[in-house]
Order: sequence, then C-alpha cells, then structure tokens
Amino acid sequence: MSSIGTGYDLSASQFSPDGRVFQVEYAMKAVENSGTVIGLKGTDGIVLAAEKLILSKLHEPNTNRRIYNVDRNIGMAFSGLIADARQIVEIARKEAANYRAQYGVSIPLKYLNDRVSMYMHAYTLYSAVRPYGCSVILASYEDKEPNMYLIDPSGVSYGYYGCATGKAKQSAKTEIEKLKLGQMTCRELAKEAAKIIYTVHDELKDKNFELELSWVCQESDGYHVRVPDSVYADAEKAAKQAMEADSESDTEDM
Amino acid sequence: MFRNQYDSDVTVWSPQGRLHQVEYAMEAVNLGSATVGLKCKDYAAVIALKRASSELSAYQKKIIPIDDHIGIAISGLTADARILSRYMRNECLNYKYSLDTHMPLNRLISMLGNKMQLCTQRYDRRPFGVGLLVAGYDENGAHIYQTCPSANFYDCKAMSIGARSQSARTYLEKHLDELGPCSLEELIKHGLRALRDTLPPEVDLNTKNVSIGYVGKDIKFKILEEGETAPYLALIEGEERRGGGAAAAEIEAQPADPLRGDRPEGDDPQDPVPTVAMDTTE
Amino acid sequence: MFDPMGAPPALWHNGPTPGGFYNFPAIQTRPSEPITHSKSPVTTATSVIALAYDKGVVIAGDLLASYGSLARYKNCPRILKVNENILLGASGDYADFQYIKSFIEQKIIDEECIGDNIKLKPKSLYCWLTRVMYQRRSKFDPFWNNIIVAGIQDGEPFLGQVDKLGTAYTDRAICTGYAAHIVLPIIRDFLDKNPNPTQAEAKALVLKCMEVLYYRDARSFSKFQIGIMDKEAGSSIEGPLTCEENWEIALVAKN
Repeated sequence: MSSIGTGYDLSASQFSPDGRVFQVEYAMKAVENSGTVIGLKGTDGIVLAAEKLILSKLHEPNTNRRIYNVDRNIGMAFSGLIADARQIVEIARKEAANYRAQYGVSIPLKYLNDRVSMYMHAYTLYSAVRPYGCSVILASYEDKEPNMYLIDPSGVSYGYYGCATGKAKQSAKTEIEKLKLGQMTCRELAKEAAKIIYTVHDELKDKNFELELSWVCQESDGYHVRVPDSVYADAEKAAKQAMEADSESDTEDM
Repeated sequence: MFRNQYDSDVTVWSPQGRLHQVEYAMEAVNLGSATVGLKCKDYAAVIALKRASSELSAYQKKIIPIDDHIGIAISGLTADARILSRYMRNECLNYKYSLDTHMPLNRLISMLGNKMQLCTQRYDRRPFGVGLLVAGYDENGAHIYQTCPSANFYDCKAMSIGARSQSARTYLEKHLDELGPCSLEELIKHGLRALRDTLPPEVDLNTKNVSIGYVGKDIKFKILEEGETAPYLALIEGEERRGGGAAAAEIEAQPADPLRGDRPEGDDPQDPVPTVAMDTTE
Repeated sequence: MFDPMGAPPALWHNGPTPGGFYNFPAIQTRPSEPITHSKSPVTTATSVIALAYDKGVVIAGDLLASYGSLARYKNCPRILKVNENILLGASGDYADFQYIKSFIEQKIIDEECIGDNIKLKPKSLYCWLTRVMYQRRSKFDPFWNNIIVAGIQDGEPFLGQVDKLGTAYTDRAICTGYAAHIVLPIIRDFLDKNPNPTQAEAKALVLKCMEVLYYRDARSFSKFQIGIMDKEAGSSIEGPLTCEENWEIALVAKN
C-alpha cells in the first residue's frame, strides 16, 4: 500500500492514482480486527458459526450476538463493527418485510443479497458517509435448497459453499477447504464449524470467547435458529476434544 | 501532540480500520464523573457521583428517569444525554400507547443503538459524547445495559463508567457472585462501595454528591437524592476502604468547563490520548 | 420528469412552472382531486362468536364471504391464530381483514426475529388494533371490520372487541354483527345459569350458537371454523365443521 498517507486515502469518493479506493480497503481492515465468523453449506442446509470475543466478565453471556434473524428462514452472521452490522440487519429486515408485503412470500435470498449489497455499496460512493465496517453472511434454506452469500464492506458479494470472515479468515478458509462440503449434513457441519472456530481462536491475543452456532436446515424445518442445546453441546465437546488431541500431538512432537 | 491525519472526521477510516473520531468520543465518557450500575435477581440499581461546577452551583443531576420501569445514569456530555433520554422517553411512551405494556429493555436499547450509529457514519454529525448505564425491569427480569458513543451496547451483570471507573469495575468483578441473590439494600451497598472505590482517599461519598436510582419487581424506578441517600450511606460508613484512584487531585471545588455538565479531569481542556481509547470493534 | 401531456416542468426544483400560479415556498396550494373514501364494505363476512370459559377461550366464525346478499366465496377463513397467546376473528370487509392480517403476521415475524422470547399478548394486540381502528376512522377511512381478540394473558382468559369506529370493550362473551342480536342473549342466559363453564360446555354452546345463526342469519353459512385456546392444552383451530341442518320446518312456514 504505497499510497497510504499520500492524501488520496481520506475519502470514499476519491481514487488514488493507482486506481484504488483506500477508504473501502481500510473499512475491510476493521472487519479483520473482529472475531471470526464462518458459514458452511451442507446437503440439507447451512450452518453459521461465530467466535464472539468476551470483553469483560461483567457482561452477560448473551450480549452482542453476532448471528441474527432477518426473516424466519434467513440468518445473518457478521464480523466487524457491531453497531454498523446491526444497521445492516435492520435494513435487511425491512427489505424482507417489504418483499413479503408486496408479494406475500418470503424474500428469495438471491434478491435480498442483491438489495443489501447494493445498499452497502452505496456507502462507498460518497465522501459524506463512510463505508460500513462489517462483512455479513446471509444464509437461507428455501425450497430444500441451501443458499449462502458473503457481502464485503465494498458491497461486493458472492455465493459460497463455505466462507469465512474476520480475524482468522485465512486459516479458517484453509480448514474449510479440507471439508467435503457437498456431502455433509448440517449435524456433521455443526461439529466441524465448532472445531474450526476453536482451532482458529488465538488464545494469546484474545482470552475468552463464546461460540455461537446457528443453522437453517431441514432439521429446523427451514427456520433459522440457534442450534438445539444438545447439538451445541456435542459440537463444543467435539471441538474441545479435537483441541486436546491437537495439543497432545504437539507435545509429542516436542 | 501528534496530529493524526485520519482523525478529523467520523467518516474517515484509518489504515488500521479504526475510527478515531468515535474513539475520541469514547473518551468523553471518561471525563464524566463515575457511575455504577448493578443488578440482582429482582432489582437493578444505578449509583452516580455528582459534581458541582462551582462552589455556588448545585450538583449536576446524573440520573434521569425514562419510564416507570427504566432509568439511566449518565457519564459524559449531559446535553447529549438529554437528547438520548428524550428519545428513550418517547419510545417508551409510544410503545405503551400502542401496546399497553412496558417496553422491553433490549428493544429500547437496540433502537437507541441504531439511532446512535447513524451519528458515527455521516460527515454532518458527531457521535454522542455520552455513555449510559440503563437500569430497568421488564418481563425478562432486571437489566443493566451500558451504551457507548460508538453505538455499541452491552447487557451487563454490573458495570461502571466514567472517571476512574476501573476501580469500581474491579470491585464489581470481585463481588460478582454475591450480587445475584442479594437484597435491594445489599445491592445498593455494593454499588456505593464500588463507587467509593473510584474516589481519591481524601474524598468520601456524602448526601450531596451521591444519587441512587433503583427499580425492580413491583417497584417503579425511584431516585434518591440528598437526605434520602443518608440511610444507605450510613450503612457503609466507617468501613475500611480499598485505595481509590490515588493519582487524581480533582473532585470537589474546581470550576468546570461551562459546556460540560461534568467537569473534566485535570486542569485545562486537554487533548484526549487516543491510545487509551476503547476498542470500537467489539 | 417531463410529462408531454401535463403541465410543463418547473423552471427549477420547487420553482414556479411556466404558465402556472406561483406558489410561495412551503405553501402547498395544490388544486386537489377530491379525496374519496369507501362508504360501505364490499365483500363481507358475517358474525364472529367468542366466549371465555374457566381456562380459556372459544371463538368461531363461518367461512362465507358475501357480495351484498350474494353468497360469493365459500372458503374464506377468518379465525386466525396470531401466536401461542392469541386467536383473532373478524367480521366485516374481507379485504380489510386480509390487510390487517398481513400486518399482524409481519409483527409476529419481527418479534420472532428479535428473539427475546417476549411474545405479543392479547391485551397488547387489542390495544394496538384499537389505536389503528380509531386512527383510520379519524381519517374518515375506516377498516370496515369488527375484530375480536381472544387469548390468554397472565393465566386469565381475555376477550376484547374493536369496531370500525375504534370503539373497544372487553367482556366474557362477545359477538359481532347479527350474532350480537340473536346469539349473545343465548350466551348470556347460559352464563347466568352456569357462570364457569368448562371447555366442553363452552364449545357445545358455541356450536349450538353457530347452528342458530345459520338458521337465522341470511348471510351465514353452514361451514365454519372454531378456534380454542386453553391454558393447559394449548390452542387449535378446528374446521371446516358443518352445521347439521334440517329445513323440514320450511314446509310449515307461512309468508
């Protein structure tokens, strides 16, 4: 980033001489400072998982969730500035409600993704506003078909089989690529998702975290909900076991 | 002082992905006098340390009632807090008007959060320079919420914000397990002790500089001022104090910044130090 | 935007139009079309009956939507389960009911999305509907309905009614439309003798009332739904049920 600090990086409405919009890139940096969030697509639905960093012992366990509902069958997970992301949740809910009022059915994810990414993109065009400091994952299970999109602060979005954003997105992606996403069920993926979040969590930099797990799948009747307690417990257990096995093999190596 | 070229507007991201203007606004909270919020199973209480801007002036109110079931304690710019409290009162009234019941706290706070976020994304606004501790009781029980200028908010077991509030937080963390089952009286005692820990040794809590607000099961939000606080202050009088913020040589009678209900720490207006700003990310 | 058929565009934004009257800023002197409102309902549904018993509520309405005196649509359900706490029934204009229904359904979805486990309660919905109905009537554009909100709040059965004028009341037994005249006396008489009916008794009474209505109300229909919400057993909407009918008496009737 040779042009940093040359004055071309102070406004979203300004290109640098080498054709970049730095403010958007900086906004993406904000995303990279926050807890990791992943989404996995299985044969029968989608699993979302988030690493929620705990800032203080004084906070209640459920504060500042990173996974929300946009509609009954649509989930949204995000990383980045929570306050920004809540705004995105709000407009996504409005889009969903609006669509339902107009057409009487729930909004197709493809369309919702279009609308939300257009909205986020609009904030990259003007100097009077700043780009959103969050990336969001949209997930749904409609007509027996799982769908998932990831939208960046730039407003760019792609559909994914597996995606990751936040602090450890690179290592999370590496882990995701090891999975056979096309053949796994959500029950299996819930465990894998938990394992990945536990694996990529950096104990040295961030002390405590809370695992958030939700799914939208056949088993949840197409509703996006937090995974049932038993599934959560199993997933967490599997993740912890995997971590222990990992650290044991580490000590053997030494 | 180091001038940062990325800190002039709230619409500018720094290369590290930070919003300096928002972080500076977070500092405004630390300039206000300390407030403590805490809850047990059936009650939530806020306890605030008041300051007077001069010998001649009255002590600045720190606790604002919102509805029968909600009250807030503020730290930072009082005028900004009044905007927020007016908004919260309005929302509570509208909710009651249309649904004939008290507004659940989390719904109020998330609406407030969304309102506050708008000011962190537009060139023609600045973030609210105030932190709130919201005490309330709804059908999910007693709550303490903390809101920040960054538009983040937290559902807390207990919390303290404002000048030298770290000592109060330390106290609260230490006694967190005792809070759950305790009585309202015990709760207020804990709150007073936490607040007292923020004071330098030569200053103590008295009926002039303390406000107590509480709400809970079957009781509406009530504020105790002046003489009403005396019985509670008496309960913790004479106890041994842990050393408070020893460094500070402020409190009682220094004149305040006229724009600021609360007095800033130290002498003259000074640049906040960005390195101590809270993380705006989470 | 330039409209080739209409007036020429303004010279500048909010500025005067060539050949038009000059408007002072902030004063709207639009030569307005008359505002029109409906003065009567169009496709209507007839009475709804609701009755509270010791542990819950029963609510019933038939499936007919009439176009004047024409029995136009015969499968128009209007007993609605709003959530685990609330049943709702409406008589009057069916389109208005559908509009209100979609609003309420979105409210419930919004609430589920918030996910704080706080569910809309009957008194709240009753209050909200009262505000909506009164507001619309104050604009001289009412929703042409009588709406009954039935449910359980804090372990007690609740019944409330709102009409198109925003008039609202609660009672242990509520009937809208023709049933308010012909069925309510039957229910009140029953409650005088048996102030705390069981669910079975309440349901039997409502079934009987639907039958009476079918015989007496020319806008009613033999197929109907009945919704029951019970403190212990939860809620259900049954139907379509059918009234037993016997018109042999018609041979004896004169005129």
